Amino acid sequence: MSADPKDVNAGRRHFLIGLGVVGVGTAAGIYVMPKYLQSREGAGAAVAAGKPPFEFKPHAYLRIASDDTVTVIIGKSEMGQGIYTGLPMLLAEELDIEPGRVKVEFAGIDPAFNHPFMPMQFTGGSMSTMTLYEPLRKVGATARQMLLAAAAAEWKVDAAQLRTENGVVSDGSRRATYGQLAEAASAMPMPTSPPLKERKDFRYIGKSQRRLDSPAKVTGKATFGIDVSLPGMLVAAVAHAPAFGAKVKSFDDSAARAVKGVVDVKQVPSGVAVYGEHTWAAIKGRDALKIVWDMAPASKLSTPQQLAAYRGLVKTGKLARFKDQGDVDAAIKGAAKSLDVEYAMPYLAHACMEPMNATALVKDGKCEMWAGTQGQSQDAQMVAAALGLAPTAVAINTVFLGGGFGRRASTGSDFMIEAAQVAQALGRAVPVKLFWSREDDMHAGYFRPFTVNRVRGAVDAAGKVVALHHVSVGNSVFELSPLKPMIVKNGADPTQMEGSAESPYEIPNRRHEALIVSEAVPTQFWRSVGHSHNGFILNGAIDELAALAGRDTYELRRELLAAKPRHLAVLEKAATAAGWGKPLPAGHFHGIALQESFGSIVAQVVEASVADGKSVKVHRVTAAVDCGFAVNPQQVEAQIQSSIIYGMSMALYGEITLENGAVQQGNFDTYPVVRLEEVPQIDVHVVENGGPLGGIGEPGLPPFAPALAGAIFAATGKRIRQLPLSVALA
Amino acid sequence: MTTTLNVNGANREIDADPDMPLLWAVRDLCQLPGTKYGCGKALCGACTVHLDGQPTRSCSIPISAVGVSKVTTIEGLSADGSHPVQRAWIELDVVQCGYCQSGQVMAAAALIESNPNPSDADIDTAMNGNLCRCGTYPRIRAAVKRAAELKRGAA
Repeated sequence: MSADPKDVNAGRRHFLIGLGVVGVGTAAGIYVMPKYLQSREGAGAAVAAGKPPFEFKPHAYLRIASDDTVTVIIGKSEMGQGIYTGLPMLLAEELDIEPGRVKVEFAGIDPAFNHPFMPMQFTGGSMSTMTLYEPLRKVGATARQMLLAAAAAEWKVDAAQLRTENGVVSDGSRRATYGQLAEAASAMPMPTSPPLKERKDFRYIGKSQRRLDSPAKVTGKATFGIDVSLPGMLVAAVAHAPAFGAKVKSFDDSAARAVKGVVDVKQVPSGVAVYGEHTWAAIKGRDALKIVWDMAPASKLSTPQQLAAYRGLVKTGKLARFKDQGDVDAAIKGAAKSLDVEYAMPYLAHACMEPMNATALVKDGKCEMWAGTQGQSQDAQMVAAALGLAPTAVAINTVFLGGGFGRRASTGSDFMIEAAQVAQALGRAVPVKLFWSREDDMHAGYFRPFTVNRVRGAVDAAGKVVALHHVSVGNSVFELSPLKPMIVKNGADPTQMEGSAESPYEIPNRRHEALIVSEAVPTQFWRSVGHSHNGFILNGAIDELAALAGRDTYELRRELLAAKPRHLAVLEKAATAAGWGKPLPAGHFHGIALQESFGSIVAQVVEASVADGKSVKVHRVTAAVDCGFAVNPQQVEAQIQSSIIYGMSMALYGEITLENGAVQQGNFDTYPVVRLEEVPQIDVHVVENGGPLGGIGEPGLPPFAPALAGAIFAATGKRIRQLPLSVALA
Repeated sequence: MTTTLNVNGANREIDADPDMPLLWAVRDLCQLPGTKYGCGKALCGACTVHLDGQPTRSCSIPISAVGVSKVTTIEGLSADGSHPVQRAWIELDVVQCGYCQSGQVMAAAALIESNPNPSDADIDTAMNGNLCRCGTYPRIRAAVKRAAELKRGAA
């Protein structure tokens, strides 16, 4: 979208991009806007005539206008993780302009913005900064070279004698702004491999930069999906099935139609849609519907039965083996001490502060959408298929996301398809905004998978860990994904063993196995995905083995990571900074955990106390992170704190339960999340050891819950093998 | 029927059922979308506005109950984003996704208006009803103190 997200024409422009009219990108290389699409109007004349300024567009990611506006176009969605600032920083570094002077725009759908390794435009996996670190810098360096060449030609000097600083080229006596050089630069040859700066020469990368989206977000001006407003737009609320799989049998909409502001009512594939002139009319109209549901096709799933079934499957199911090293069975049999325990992890809702929503305009065989989504290209394909349109007939205008955490990378494109179907069903070419209440959002599923895990392990007489066996039975995050056939093999998907099979703890005999159980409850990515389960289970297992061996759990971890200096340094930093082993205030106890995920290593020490055996208070969290290096250090701190607090909600309260196929939670009263007063002091230490750039949006989450569980064990002697704690300690 | 609301200093005629929550009147009928929907039940604070300066959950008060109270939304907090809370929020990089921040900013603004030097406990109490799933809480705590400082002129 353009600077003003309410600019409807911006949507139209991007619609052209969605239709493939504008250029063709290459996966990671330089993209050249075809010359015939570039503006040919001279800057001076254009300004005089009140026309738009000339724009130098060396790449799909960048425009430099003759009025000195530098615009960076990002194909990633901003959901809080800070790429709206971090990605432009990368380009600005090489272009030599202060990041604060850069304007940022969200891209339309365009292959130029596809993931470097996958033919898809999406945001996830903590990959945005690490995968775009070089491509964005290359674009900045390319543009800078062309600006230098333009100045050199104008001043008849060698470009090597010119300098750049914050948007200005100079030769010592003369100076020209990038805007003044924009038109001449656009005619310069494009360098094929412009030199990139060495890290020591960075002016912005590695130094904390303020978020570029703050001014809009503290004044209420940032446009989220729910804020989209278009001429003639209606707002729709859909009465959804009371249980997964139930269908509309019949309905009476007379009372709904009598509600002031209700415009129409239509049956849609997901239920019954009420269209209002405004949100309240849609809500009230929906409440007034009388629907008879056909419950015959509905899921009968209830949590206690699900738990019992999966408990059987961890022992009897046909498991897919992800790792089998040494001989686990023999090692356990011959060991001095062994354990065989079960861990259970519930379904979790993401509970983004902004419930899912989207706006769609279906007109003339095309569908244009406005939404906060993490998965633009898949959404467009899925919406096209649902509406019976060509994939190129769907355009998506991305706006700010009021939280994502994986929910807005909908594997089934659920809310996007529903918005498009609701708009199509109306039968009039007006935009329709699909509104979801908090309850709609929480009842829709797309939860983190429910899993039951069997953990076996053993220590020898010397207290060394000799065996670990982890079995995970649960749902697949790819259950509804078009990628499922490519990813699921032998009845399991790799994320089930993510953070387990490749856990850095070195144990000679290891086996890691998993099995998918398909349910009617949609499941998918939830912040840190498999690591959110497996970080808890693997670190819990290490704690249990330490206790079995009568050893300090930190010292045991040091032994298991002895050959891995980066991991060891992170572990030791967290332990030292927290004062592991040193006296704590009375009643306070420490727990520790380490997880490598998304290319980064994070260790945490949690200091907690437990009152009456069940009231847990977290006093302090000390985190150490090796993410290669910190591109924007204040945002690295923010993301680690964010992940810890998200993980704290998971550990203390997070649980979605089902009864006869119906979700039993609906809002923040039944699905509590952490509030301000519960938040401890959180110290974040960045450790650098020359490693490659890793992700930062998710890796802070996995270590928190197991470190807290370790502290609870130290305080109470009770081993936590089930979350949330509100259930485990009840 | 129409209801007259005073929003950000201007009287607005709202043609809607009197049970319409103030939230939807502000967002959909006054075209002031900065105030956010989060729960509809006064559980999350995303919809916080000021009624005569008092922080109020706009999702749970019908327009018929607003009366002559002056409604201030995030758009009316300052003309140019220069309110001490807004300045402190930018200075300390509080926001992440930003969705809850209109409510956080309004709650914080009301707090420092009534309490020029809030303690940690005062901040916890005043801000505890405002949920944030991004976990910006540590910076919210720091930024409320910074905003109070700015307001006291100790910048």
